[in-house]
Amino acid sequence: MSIRVAVAMLAALGIAFMLSVLVPWSDLAALYGEDPALAWAIAVELRLPRAGLALIYGAMLGAAGAAVQALFANPLASPDLTGTTSGAALGAVVTAYILGFSAPIALSLGSIAGALGSLLLLLALAGRKAETATLLLAGLAISALAGALTTLALALAPSPFAFYDAYDWLMGSLVDRSLVQMAFAGIPAAFVLILLLRLVRPLDSLALGEEVSQSLGHDLLSVRRQVVCLTAIGVGACVAICGAIGFVGLVAPIFARRLTHGHPGRAILPAALIGALLLTAADIAVRLAPLGRTLPIGVVTALLGAPFFLWLVAHMRWRMAS
Amino acid sequence: MRALLEARGLSLPHRLFDATLAIAPGELVCLVGPNGSGKTSLLHALAGIGEADGEVRIDGVDPRRLGPARRPHVLTYLPASRDLAWPLLARDLIALGGGGELPASLELDGLLDRRVDRLSTGERSRAMIARALAPRPKLLLMDEPTANLDPLWQIRLMELVRAELASGDRAALVAIHDLDAAARYADRILVMHEGRIAAEGLDGDHIADIFGIERLDGIWQPVRQPAGPRSSP
Repeated sequence: MSIRVAVAMLAALGIAFMLSVLVPWSDLAALYGEDPALAWAIAVELRLPRAGLALIYGAMLGAAGAAVQALFANPLASPDLTGTTSGAALGAVVTAYILGFSAPIALSLGSIAGALGSLLLLLALAGRKAETATLLLAGLAISALAGALTTLALALAPSPFAFYDAYDWLMGSLVDRSLVQMAFAGIPAAFVLILLLRLVRPLDSLALGEEVSQSLGHDLLSVRRQVVCLTAIGVGACVAICGAIGFVGLVAPIFARRLTHGHPGRAILPAALIGALLLTAADIAVRLAPLGRTLPIGVVTALLGAPFFLWLVAHMRWRMAS
Repeated sequence: MRALLEARGLSLPHRLFDATLAIAPGELVCLVGPNGSGKTSLLHALAGIGEADGEVRIDGVDPRRLGPARRPHVLTYLPASRDLAWPLLARDLIALGGGGELPASLELDGLLDRRVDRLSTGERSRAMIARALAPRPKLLLMDEPTANLDPLWQIRLMELVRAELASGDRAALVAIHDLDAAARYADRILVMHEGRIAAEGLDGDHIADIFGIERLDGIWQPVRQPAGPRSSP
């Protein structure tokens, strides 16, 4: 990734972030005329967390997706397709509705535990260098299991409103979160991103295959452990606040590797930037859509991401056939 | 004479048993043996792939303790597989292996700026060989380097490896199935069988025992079964 591309992406992200705080502009401007303090409060306490969470969660999904794809040497590995986000959601639901802990820290920890569990299960099921089919089947099985257990947990929950409560969150939503919640996702995500960037070189060397990477002196066992734990912590912390948002973690690294000439490790940082940009843009699109009510953002990313995924699968088939 | 590589008691569970060998500076040693005899496992144990028991010293240093900055200058390993997961440029593939000076005789000029998934298997092999040679390691470990190469390139590659060792302070251990190439280019041949280094040199008797082939009329042929009750008319 050249400096120029990096600057352009940062600029685009900055503009998207500003737009995300200010759009829709007319309400905010009208309110500012009447009561500047209230307008300021809306911008800072309602819109800033939403814009910030889109940025943080998008960046985390992009970076985690790039790291997981590099680790499994497979462009279809991503936090959602491998069941990590569903595992995290299950962890949070069990913590909140079955165990009855609703403090933010408990939700985060439950979510991280769920994400870690599903990633370890994936490693056990699919093996270390998974064929695409095995990886996707294992991911599908884990997602289905986590989804079913989530529904079961909600059905068994003492609260009769559990389903209704959890629905918006499960679909992925950035609305009505506080600055404190933003910090609960943002602080772990920032740490995880920095620590993932330390793994750029060993993950790049995995492009030569596991054997060569080891022969070059990289400690793959440690790299694998770190990627799994860091991804679980980063994605888990975000899912605890915003629910499961799909496809960003799949799409962002694929674009990012175009900027790094195919280097899987070096793609982590650009994937974070692209992921942040994608989720922020999707959130602005949600607000501007003339539907009269707010769509969960997870629905939008899935509507846009699923066709891209289908295209990717078809593209891989054509390439194999040719 | 002082050894460049000294390895003692190398073992990997179920695959490699108590392998001990020494290689002198400048030596090209070929490793032959049937499928599953432990050639790749021995190369892995030396290259620090997997957790092998036993001792390895290259110029007195255990290469498995060296990190990515120094390791490629002490040893490099060329795997038998030519598959790569990501569509890197050939140039980047070589840089990821530690970079260095590319041997002109590999004729890589037209390949460097092409993506590895768009190269032919033979061209990709040459790029991967360049990756292993470029850091000028003291010990070159190669698994089937001539696989996928056309006959002329097979000869040129083995001569290139010989030329690389001409400085006299480096050595190579090359696993190869082609017994004739081994006989022609190696200073010494180690024969592996059932996870052990079973013999040295290509003696007709142990070739027949271990490989089940013999040279008849100038070509390798399966050993004829000694006449027994089942083959008698």
